[in-house]
Amino acid sequence: MLFPTQGNTVMDRIKTAELTGAEIVIRCLQAEGVDYVFGYPGGAVLWIYDELFKQDKVRHVLVRHEQGAAHAADGYSRSSHKVGVCLVTSGPGLTNAVTGIATAYMDSIPMVILSGQVPTHAIGEDAFQECDAVGITRPCVKHNFLVRDVKDLAMTIKKAFHIATTGRPGPVLVDIPKDVTTHKCEFHYPETVSMRSYNPVKKGHTGQIKKAVQLLLEAKRPMVYSGGGVVLANAAPQLKALMKRTGFPITNTLMGLGGYPGTDAQFLGMLGMHGTYESNMAMQHCDVLLAIGARFDDRVIGNPAHFAQNPRKIIHIDIDPSSISKRVKVDVPIVGNIPDVLSEFLGLLEKSKTQDIKAWWKQIEEWRGKDCLKYDRNAKVIKPQFVLEKLYEVTGGEAIITSDVGQHQMWAAQFYKFEQPRRWINSGGLGTMGFGLPAAMGAVLANPGATVACVTGESSIQMCLQELSTCKQYRLPVKIINLNNKYMGMVRQWQQFFHGNRYSESYMDALPDFVKLAEGYGHSGVLIDKPADVEPALREAFKRKKDLVFLDFLTDQTENVYPMIPGGKGITEMILSEDL
Amino acid sequence: MKHIISILVENEAGALSRISNMFSARGYNIESLTVAPTEDASMSRMTVVTKGSDDVIEKITKQLNKLVEVVKVVDLSEAEHIEREMMLIKVRAGAKEREDMKRMADIFRGRVIDASDNTYTIELTGDGAKLDAFIQALDQSAILETVRTGASGIGRGNRILRA
Repeated sequence: MLFPTQGNTVMDRIKTAELTGAEIVIRCLQAEGVDYVFGYPGGAVLWIYDELFKQDKVRHVLVRHEQGAAHAADGYSRSSHKVGVCLVTSGPGLTNAVTGIATAYMDSIPMVILSGQVPTHAIGEDAFQECDAVGITRPCVKHNFLVRDVKDLAMTIKKAFHIATTGRPGPVLVDIPKDVTTHKCEFHYPETVSMRSYNPVKKGHTGQIKKAVQLLLEAKRPMVYSGGGVVLANAAPQLKALMKRTGFPITNTLMGLGGYPGTDAQFLGMLGMHGTYESNMAMQHCDVLLAIGARFDDRVIGNPAHFAQNPRKIIHIDIDPSSISKRVKVDVPIVGNIPDVLSEFLGLLEKSKTQDIKAWWKQIEEWRGKDCLKYDRNAKVIKPQFVLEKLYEVTGGEAIITSDVGQHQMWAAQFYKFEQPRRWINSGGLGTMGFGLPAAMGAVLANPGATVACVTGESSIQMCLQELSTCKQYRLPVKIINLNNKYMGMVRQWQQFFHGNRYSESYMDALPDFVKLAEGYGHSGVLIDKPADVEPALREAFKRKKDLVFLDFLTDQTENVYPMIPGGKGITEMILSEDL
Repeated sequence: MKHIISILVENEAGALSRISNMFSARGYNIESLTVAPTEDASMSRMTVVTKGSDDVIEKITKQLNKLVEVVKVVDLSEAEHIEREMMLIKVRAGAKEREDMKRMADIFRGRVIDASDNTYTIELTGDGAKLDAFIQALDQSAILETVRTGASGIGRGNRILRA
């Protein structure tokens, strides 16, 4: 034999031309089926942008600030279960994106961030637009890479997508020096990845699952508490089946809303700092608690010592072992993929009978009777809660709602009933003001034709306002619901409750005329200052399917979010509106 | 309580920083940390000595395992293990003290590895407590300089940590 053959490799080599690093980046994105990249060009990524220009499979969305790119990629991912991808240049391009990366990290959102870097020979010499991207992002990514050799580029990008989407998802950054984008090598996009150091657990432990089911069968006061993990793992169908099989009460965390239908009778509303009275009481007084894809964080169970005062057995299902027994010690930990674990639960529950829990439901209904979300419906000023109720009605509960951070976020979570997962998109962990508008852009692009509204406030919206320009360029018909009370409402509320009404720097003077501002960007704006105009304005805006409409609602300046658990207090130590 | 944790980690740039970063970001304490490649050059082995309740140590091992480059984590203190640390200590050893200092080093099975007119440099190996004891046993004013490697640890008998 003239040429010893090694499978097809000889043929492959003949066929494969050498590609530049920049070409390889684009080919990798194409191979991953990426349809949108959110980004902003700059010196270090010029060759990558050049390759973007030459093809039309991967579309680029030009944001107006890199924070917007990261949030848009994030909103794209949250609303679609696809990977969000963003592309930024070195130095300030990367540092601007850091807030968005940290936001995605805290909420476990699968994202791949490609950042340009100065050429390898200039690294460490304080070159123009150089920053230690890998060092800066290390604490706020699931993993990151610096690619020093073009030969490693394809495998690194493959690994980035693999790591971002498996186990507990999260953002992964790939930092690519400029010379690597011009160097050439053969391109083979690897089909699989094998990493000896990274093998996330998938299957839950059968013995633990049996133990957990036994506890559920014995429970007299059961409670189910589900979080963002259910949404991220697409486990809503299995969760619903489990709930229908057992008839147990359920609450969702802020991140978990939509994981269980918001209008269902077994649903007690959101729990936590601004959760419902009935959810928080049931959490404290249950005898068996099933936590699914949730992490017992400080905004959810309040003070852990107070939470521990009532004895209960806790079952905790999570894909991430480090989330288990972090703040609250659990009795039956189950590490695994939630849909599979819940399916096993259902299999085991098939022929068994749960306890009679009528008395428990009677107690819960009594708590529910408190009507903890009531507000003054006869007010002469616009109540923010009223706007959200009307938003729910007008959109038929079918919209994708993004939000910024503050009071409006909590009211949206309380008053908009999410029937499906991936329709409620907010920065729960990091609490990033400025998230809502760019996230809505991502949601529009991921869900063509869907109704997308951004619930925001006059302070939050100003943090990523520049993206109104991006919305114009790409004709993204986001409906902006601005609850304008002229205060950083949540800061004002804390100052009222805990700082003797000293409203230190929480009042914002010299607000822009939002109507003119929207018009300045080429959109429409409407000012609404009377309760009677709320519904007609919403109806009119949502009829305009192709336009971005900025609805500026002048709302009650002193309204507070109730119930409220003060920081450091126990989950049942709620301040209710009726107490004041 | 003191724990000695062994970590096998991919021998990649930034791996050490990821690990030390996790400790500082989450407020866990590091008493000492040693790291060097293993017989397999693609992997490094790290030994971290830390203090904390069982709950805290469990959290530390979980967080370490979560790091993408970490191959394996073992809390050596969970079972029988051997711990060694090396110290180089430079002491005053003029004509008056020379004899005593040599004797003291012998008692602790230290070796004098360098000497000048008025100093000795002693190499001493043992667990942390032995090195502490040696320092305590000396006249404090005679100690000119110390440098310790931090502990390395390995399981006893058939207990083996590999990838």
